[in-house]
Amino acid sequence: MRATRRDMLLAMGAGMGTLALPQILRAQAAAHVAVVGGGFGGATAARYLRRLNPDLRITLVEPQEQFVTCPFSNLYLGRLRDWDSITHGFDGLRAAGIEVIHARAEDVDGSARSLGLSNGARLDWDRLVLSPGIDFRWGDLAGYDEAAAELAPHAWKAGPQTQLLRRQLEAMEDGGTFVMVVPQGAFRCPPGPYERASMVAHYFKTHKPRSRVLILDSQDRFAKQPLFRQGWQALYGEMIEWVGQSDDGLVVEVDASTRTALTAFGTRHKADVLNVIPPQKAGLIAERAGVTDETGWVPVRADRFESVHVPGVYVLGDATIAAPMPKSGFCANAQAKVAAAAITADLAGREPPPASFANTCYSLVGPGWGISVAGVYRAEGGKVVEVAGSGGVSPLEAGPEFRQAEADHGAGWYASICADIWGTA
Amino acid sequence: MIRLLSIVFLAGGPGAAGAQDLDAAAVQVLAGPCASCHGPDGRSPGAIPSIAGLPEATAAERMLAFRDGADPAATIMPRLMKGYDEAQIRALAHWFAEIGS
Ligand SMILES: Cc1cc2nc3c(=O)[nH]c(=O)nc-3n(C[C@H](O)[C@H](O)[C@H](O)COP(=O)(O)OP(=O)(O)OC[C@H]3O[C@@H](n4cnc5c(N)ncnc54)[C@H](O)[C@@H]3O)c2cc1C
Ligand code: HEC
Repeated sequence: MRATRRDMLLAMGAGMGTLALPQILRAQAAAHVAVVGGGFGGATAARYLRRLNPDLRITLVEPQEQFVTCPFSNLYLGRLRDWDSITHGFDGLRAAGIEVIHARAEDVDGSARSLGLSNGARLDWDRLVLSPGIDFRWGDLAGYDEAAAELAPHAWKAGPQTQLLRRQLEAMEDGGTFVMVVPQGAFRCPPGPYERASMVAHYFKTHKPRSRVLILDSQDRFAKQPLFRQGWQALYGEMIEWVGQSDDGLVVEVDASTRTALTAFGTRHKADVLNVIPPQKAGLIAERAGVTDETGWVPVRADRFESVHVPGVYVLGDATIAAPMPKSGFCANAQAKVAAAAITADLAGREPPPASFANTCYSLVGPGWGISVAGVYRAEGGKVVEVAGSGGVSPLEAGPEFRQAEADHGAGWYASICADIWGTA
Repeated sequence: MIRLLSIVFLAGGPGAAGAQDLDAAAVQVLAGPCASCHGPDGRSPGAIPSIAGLPEATAAERMLAFRDGADPAATIMPRLMKGYDEAQIRALAHWFAEIGS
């Protein structure tokens, strides 16, 4: 017995199935799913819920009228992408029949099943999806708060911060030093800092060749390290210097006004452009919804991404504890599809289908030089586990054709996932 | 040797991990991450090939070759396909063939 797409649509009650299952459908038609966050996880969830059950009422709550993706924002810094190409609106989701409200979710009542918005409205929901991304632990790194970020940008949420960082790089004189501080604890996009260093080096190489990139890292190893180092050596020679934690890379204090970073061993690094990636936690609304634990992140049931604390509240993406899945846009998208299937099944009184996830993070080391890390995952005993033997990084010994192909595939991935999420390419 | 064993297992039915769960909803979930690269429903707007409407036999053959390391030109698919068993791969091939190009 083979499953076909048509069986699927029938089972879900779409199209012709509507005639076949009137009672169940009426119950489903009344159901309202509210989604908080129109980024990688939230917008995917809204779109896939709509596809799985066209009778659902779906409301997406997102304060920004335009979403700028963190993925490829490093390429914007490297001048390999323009701003418009990483900016996405919500018309595609509206056209799919999703109500989009541009407001901030302020509070969640898990027992009354309601949601308060910054515009004063209150929404009742049958199921709630939260995909708020990250917030920063301001003050955890001495000297670095919101005011400091206006002088030493983080650019770890794409938007005005990204543009500020690019302006600073453009204003910097040749021969200057770009210093990046990599935080302790879990942060979104493990390879992100090293891709950023690569893109800044590309900009320097093409515009300010006497300048340097210095990475001060709180870790002793990093994602795709041998691949990045190989690419850096080949493309940028000695331009990029990486200092790991044991070699005095841990930054304990920042003075944004003088653009200085102070390390644990007492070294002061004076930067011409200082980029501080702050320590992170789940987006604030997750805390307010009572779904976070003492780590500041959200524990979920791995087979459906529903909160272990508050039933009916599904949490996706960077906000969750999903290791070994990394905090990536790819993972948020994959988790959203699992959650959408689970919610649809649950509302119809069925068990959710078995969860299956994948991830691939492409990074661009330079034009025509792409590298990747991948994994396939499933849920087992309440936890996410990597399928044994799957995944891994690009081969270190691969030649230029392989690197070129992965650079092209990275761009292909971006076009596909944006079409999948916002209906834009 | 291991591969031979697993094929025997799959043919044998109940022992095959996941095989008994492959109803339409399960296959749709398996197919979820494919869209991130191959585009919505396997229709790609960019540099990664479309897979919507690929004949089932061709798709299955390609995916099994990726998994078994038999396509030296491939980049990412070998690493991904090692995460799926043969029954899942065949179900995915069927799924995307059904969508039609
Ligand atoms: C420099 C950089 C490069 C990256 N590159 C890649 C890459 O190449 N590939 C990859 O897969 N990932 C990459 N990532 C990671 C990726 O950006 C995140 O993993 C992804 O955005 C997570 O999705 P999310 O839905 O959890 O959060 P987001 O995509 O950040 O979406 C959260 C949304 O929720 C909204 N929101 C927050 N609070 C509220 C509230 N109270 N009410 C309403 N809305 C709210 C926000 O406005 C935001 O739009 C990169 C990250 C960075 C920083
Ligand atoms: C990270 C991106 C990515 C993901 C995720 C991905 N693919 Fe692929 N796929 C590719 C690329 C790139 C190729 C070309 C071969 C290569 O370089 O590995 C390809 C090739 C293929 C082909 C052969 C197409 C042809 O015309 O020869 C098939 C079939 C396929 N993929 C199926 C799938 C299925 C099914 C899934 C989901 C389980 C999937 N892919 C997930 C990137 C991806």
